[in-house]
Amino acid sequence: MPSSETFYQAEPYTLHEAEIVERLQESPTIFTLRLRFTDPGIRSAYRFAPGQFNMVYLYGVGEIPISIVSDPEDPFLLDHTIRTVGRVTRGMDRLQAGDRLGVRGPYGRGWPLDKAGGRDVILVTGGLGCAPLVSVINYIIRRREQYGRFVLMQGVKHSDELLWRGKYERWSRMPDTQVMLAADVAGSNWPWLVGRVTALLEQVSIDPMNCIVMMCGPEIMMRTAIENLLQRGVPEEVIWLSMERNMQCGTGHCGHCQLAGKFVCRDGPVFCYQDVKAFLGKKGF
Amino acid sequence: MAQMAAAGFSFLQRGRFQQLFDVLQEAGYRCVGPRVTDGAILYDTVTKVEDLPQAVRDRQAPGHYRLESSKSELYFAWANGPQALKPLVFKPRETLWQCQAQPSRGLQFETVPPEAPATAVIGVRACDLAALRLQDRHFIHGPVVDPAYLARRRNLFLVAVNCTHPADTCFCRSTGDGPQVTNGFDLLLSEIDAGFVIEARTDQGVDVLGRLPTEGATAKQLEAARQPIARGAQAQTRRFPTRNLRDTLLSNLDHPRWQQVAERCLSCGNCTAVCPTCFCHSEGDEPTLDGSRSEHYRQWGSCFTRTHSYIHGLVIRGDTRLRYRQWLTHKLGTWHEQYGRSGCVGCGRCISWCPVGIDLTEEIAAICASAADA
Repeated sequence: MPSSETFYQAEPYTLHEAEIVERLQESPTIFTLRLRFTDPGIRSAYRFAPGQFNMVYLYGVGEIPISIVSDPEDPFLLDHTIRTVGRVTRGMDRLQAGDRLGVRGPYGRGWPLDKAGGRDVILVTGGLGCAPLVSVINYIIRRREQYGRFVLMQGVKHSDELLWRGKYERWSRMPDTQVMLAADVAGSNWPWLVGRVTALLEQVSIDPMNCIVMMCGPEIMMRTAIENLLQRGVPEEVIWLSMERNMQCGTGHCGHCQLAGKFVCRDGPVFCYQDVKAFLGKKGF
Repeated sequence: MAQMAAAGFSFLQRGRFQQLFDVLQEAGYRCVGPRVTDGAILYDTVTKVEDLPQAVRDRQAPGHYRLESSKSELYFAWANGPQALKPLVFKPRETLWQCQAQPSRGLQFETVPPEAPATAVIGVRACDLAALRLQDRHFIHGPVVDPAYLARRRNLFLVAVNCTHPADTCFCRSTGDGPQVTNGFDLLLSEIDAGFVIEARTDQGVDVLGRLPTEGATAKQLEAARQPIARGAQAQTRRFPTRNLRDTLLSNLDHPRWQQVAERCLSCGNCTAVCPTCFCHSEGDEPTLDGSRSEHYRQWGSCFTRTHSYIHGLVIRGDTRLRYRQWLTHKLGTWHEQYGRSGCVGCGRCISWCPVGIDLTEEIAAICASAADA
């Protein structure tokens, strides 16, 4: 079986046709496309790790990097959760089951699951930042006994924007798993915190020497959360975050995604806090 | 009077220089060399010695490039033009793949094979070879190999020429990249009045050299070849810190000089276009009018554009201060982290071709002179 790394390297500019098997409307502006490669050979060769992304191509319009949400144990079906914001995503929003896209990937380095064994796993996500961590949640839930406590924190601007409410409810019933949700602005039927995701951190006990933290979302949110964690004695080397920059090639060549000396598409998108802390929140990086 | 031939060096008389073109063309190479085009020296197809610039030299200064006539009969008595080898290996625009829309809703992808004709470049400078090594590291020696770059790079035959007439904007001596060519070539020429001292470095180079009507170079010819290179090096006045500037620059992100240079900089991207090491590019799609096919291309980009750092509604580098700072902190600072050295080879093109004459050696000197400690 080829590793996910060697899968694309031989031919970095080869796209593969994928069919939309299902389209799920997650919120008014967020949808998930469930994709399957049409070529059975590609389907069986393709593997990815949680936190990696694909370059997804809309015919005649362009490519965008989208993280893979689905379970790496089932690489035959690839879920990509997308917010409608730009030219390509608006076009993708109009697609239906049966339509085709181009896919190349997977790219980047994913989450450090090899370093998480035996530890409490704390996920801090904001907005659609939860998407790149869903595959981690699936991964851990399948191997629940290999990890310590499991804490999932997710924040949204408005409670209507919470995705996967049912999933969170289901995950919260898993053993030794704590789901904590926050909305800056809450509508009716919001039993969780009204406030920022970082306020959730105040409510949770953390064993700083036996945890690993993975976060994804707006940088300001991650910086605030990191500040809190560091104050509580969580070492820098167990804090991991997924960064987002303009990416056009996925291979570390086009130069757009540079974060000081790092190519986010190739050296990330998941980084250890230690490796990016000097530039986090620095204007222009 | 017979003179002792110097080991390893051949000599080709000026009157026989056409033979180099003939041998290369017979070997199947398209020859590319310097030509006077639109008032500048550009690399283009050459078939005969008469195509080369002769009796011209370039005058360069910040924001200034002019060709002047000179009395010299030499073909290479000039420094450089706006191009290096970059357009020959990393094309300004090329199609990477295309997609055919099938009536059945299907999409058929085809990789477009790169055009990679066997090309012999005559007149390659030391700075350009240094830049090519950096582009090699970026495109083919990293974890992912760029197939288009690799195909063209493999088909290059490099005839380097030692630089004897650096421009006022040159500072390759300071960066350690010239003017003497030391490696990375197939053939190396040193031009003197009577002809060319030639050295072959690769098997292909030895092969081509063997087909030329050369004689052994004499010690006198070697000395005549050496002197103008040394003089050219001495004539360079611009200086550049050779040490790793990463920490210095990254510790001085709020230095007032960034704002001062931003007030002069037009954010036009000329510097990145002429820079022989800048590699940034953008990708895009161009569907045919009938919608049945779409081409996916890449073209040179620039960190001086707004779109370079765009992510869904947010521009990371929204103003010129941040963009100039990005260019320089990358080129001279974080480049060390990525490629083990600075991204500047001292060719001076960004100085000459900047419409407002910004000189990076001055900018860097100003920042280093009053830098906060790293």
